[in-house]
Amino acid sequence: MKEILKKGLWENHPIFRQLLGMCPTLAVTTSALNGLSMGLAVTFVLIFSSLVVSLIRKIVPPQVRIAVYTIIIATFVTLADVFLKAQFPQISKALGPYVPLIVVNCIILGRAEAFASRNTPLRAIVDSLGMSLGFIWGLLVLGSLREILGNGSIFGVTILGPYFERWVVMILPAGAFLVLGFLVAFMNFLEKRKLNAIRPPSLKLRRTVLRSFSEGGR
Amino acid sequence: MRELFLIFISAVLVNNFVLTYFLGICPFLGVSSHYESAIGMGFAVVFVMSLASSICWIIYHIVLAHFNLIILEYVVFILVIASLVQMVEMFIRKYSPSLYESLGIYLPLITTNCAILGLALFMIIRDYNFIQSVVFGFSCGLGFSLVLVMMAGIREELKFSDMPEVFKGAAITLITAGVLALAFMGFSGLISS
Repeated sequence: MKEILKKGLWENHPIFRQLLGMCPTLAVTTSALNGLSMGLAVTFVLIFSSLVVSLIRKIVPPQVRIAVYTIIIATFVTLADVFLKAQFPQISKALGPYVPLIVVNCIILGRAEAFASRNTPLRAIVDSLGMSLGFIWGLLVLGSLREILGNGSIFGVTILGPYFERWVVMILPAGAFLVLGFLVAFMNFLEKRKLNAIRPPSLKLRRTVLRSFSEGGR
Repeated sequence: MRELFLIFISAVLVNNFVLTYFLGICPFLGVSSHYESAIGMGFAVVFVMSLASSICWIIYHIVLAHFNLIILEYVVFILVIASLVQMVEMFIRKYSPSLYESLGIYLPLITTNCAILGLALFMIIRDYNFIQSVVFGFSCGLGFSLVLVMMAGIREELKFSDMPEVFKGAAITLITAGVLALAFMGFSGLISS
């Protein structure tokens, strides 16, 4: 169980490792709050659709499974959309057409097809919980970075004073691509450093050590 | 006529689907590594988008709005798009095997393309009439293909360039897309709205 959770949070992180669900990721992360609300909407849809897919996994004929999953997802997305419109009209307005676009979010269909349709309901829920928590923290990091750089604030609270020249481009679409590009590169860097730490010391280091030994022996 | 032209310019250059609305990013990042496949994908998308916009318009305004079933729009749209793509695939395979050879593999990819659903949603939000919707669908497809082909051209060059190890693959592709989006911002003065 813990392994499944960890996969979504770090090892198979949906945004930084698998590059899934790009359109909401890039479009709504103009501020930390928007990113968080999108993350929560996706969490709701992902958990419930995984649960349903897992419950009916033995009845659905394999030929029509994708169509069935899509309808299940679209139903939960409709629920989420109606709920947001009624309870949080402002957030619903800010997210615009990206709430209905959760239907075609590859994370959800991907998890339904790759995990929920082959596992028990409990495991499916744990898996989608891990994936959505991973998705939320990814969106939060991206949204906060863009809001801080582009507006000098986080969650609407100004943290950088008037001396800070705002990078307006970070809130514009181009900034989304740039920030995500650098974040992916940073994740690659972390991964590479971890691999290097496990590997035996590099050739150069070994040579230096050998030399120091031989010089010491002389 | 003027209005249609404005829709065309706006969808192709100013408010490009990929670079300003981030729709269709998955195929944009996935299929853009080779020039030829980008062109094939581009044609398939133009074709499906023009068809999907007209069919979704008809279904929304004639069936859903008439029977007061607007709450079902997402379920219906995604079903219509999926079956449309399936039907186009079967039709092309039957009547034009050579076209199927070149477009065939890209058609299933389009079903999961958020650009098509996005197109239907934008069309409804902006309250376009039938002709406007068809023009909008066609020009969005064209805008998508334009950016896809440009990106493929750049990525073919990128393969031979020297860059830090950590930037290879997805990272540099995203940054390139960012620069491309910056360049397209230059068009934003074309239409004052």
